[in-house]
Amino acid sequence: MEALEDGVLDGNAIGGMLIEVFGAEMTTAVGICGVCGTRGQVAEMPVYQGRMGSVVRCRVCDNVLMVFVEVRGITCVDLSGLASLS
Amino acid sequence: MEGTAVRRRLTWQTATVGAVIDETSKVRTLSLDVPDWGGHQAGQHLDIALTAEDGYRAERSYSIASAPGEPVAITVERLDDGEVSPYLTQDVQIGDEIEVRGPIGGYFIWDPPVSGDGPLLLAAGGSGVVPLRAILRHRDLVGSSVPVHLLYSVRSQAEVIYRSELDHLNQEADGVNVIYTLTRQQPPGWTGYARRVDQQMMAEVAWPVAPGPLAYVCGPTNFVEAVASDLVALGYPPQRVKTERFGATGTPLLSGLEVV
Repeated sequence: MEALEDGVLDGNAIGGMLIEVFGAEMTTAVGICGVCGTRGQVAEMPVYQGRMGSVVRCRVCDNVLMVFVEVRGITCVDLSGLASLS
Repeated sequence: MEGTAVRRRLTWQTATVGAVIDETSKVRTLSLDVPDWGGHQAGQHLDIALTAEDGYRAERSYSIASAPGEPVAITVERLDDGEVSPYLTQDVQIGDEIEVRGPIGGYFIWDPPVSGDGPLLLAAGGSGVVPLRAILRHRDLVGSSVPVHLLYSVRSQAEVIYRSELDHLNQEADGVNVIYTLTRQQPPGWTGYARRVDQQMMAEVAWPVAPGPLAYVCGPTNFVEAVASDLVALGYPPQRVKTERFGATGTPLLSGLEVV
């Protein structure tokens, strides 16, 4: 695995937003990448944050696992890169 | 949820600044009076939101600096081009109200009965020391005898946060050993580490793998990446190396630094 660059965060950083979206603590949830099958806890997934929102990627294959974008106070969620999240 | 109260939904609430402590020239600890605080665990964080008069809202995450059972406190490092940290480190007054949401996080926490009694390796880069300080205080308050090594990488002695407290806790008889590496500037006669962490340093500082150590690594991403990969190379199982990364510039971040 290549080292992450400075500025890349991890799933801990979006723990509060995830509670708002899912209604539960999610950083210890396990996600499975829909492309390469890598399993990992959300807290350990690379998170790229910008003004628009957050992108969560697979640590191994870089596939986009989750996207969160806030539009007029509503968080839009795309989980289609995940095979599962539990 | 057998036997537990129904958990209330996590919501923003108003906290009042109760006390202010200057830790270094750029770092300040704020204690917060949060009326509806459900209690926190060592290593968790909270979110803070500031809203400007024009409605612009900025949210940042900060690690909780206090132990479970203590009043909520955060330690904030000022980024001169930040949107939130200059207010929290320079302008905020005792009695001011700020919006908070927390506690947050179930991964980067130390909970003695669950975490086991293997020795602890705590590794901090800069203000990454904040959640590790909560762990050390918790260990002290519950009377745990789990041995601890804290490796604290910081640019200079003047930038050490919680210096007097760490000096006080640094008692071999009590099982705590604080090891500094001063990466940019060292005082005259300094005999400790004076470089960025590397595998040689981790091999010297980390517990052997046999007693089942548990590692908590918090700091800027490049620090966390280096320490975590060195520990895995030394034989630490990845699931025994808990990591929390923050950025130095950019967007929300953890542990007292803000990334916008």
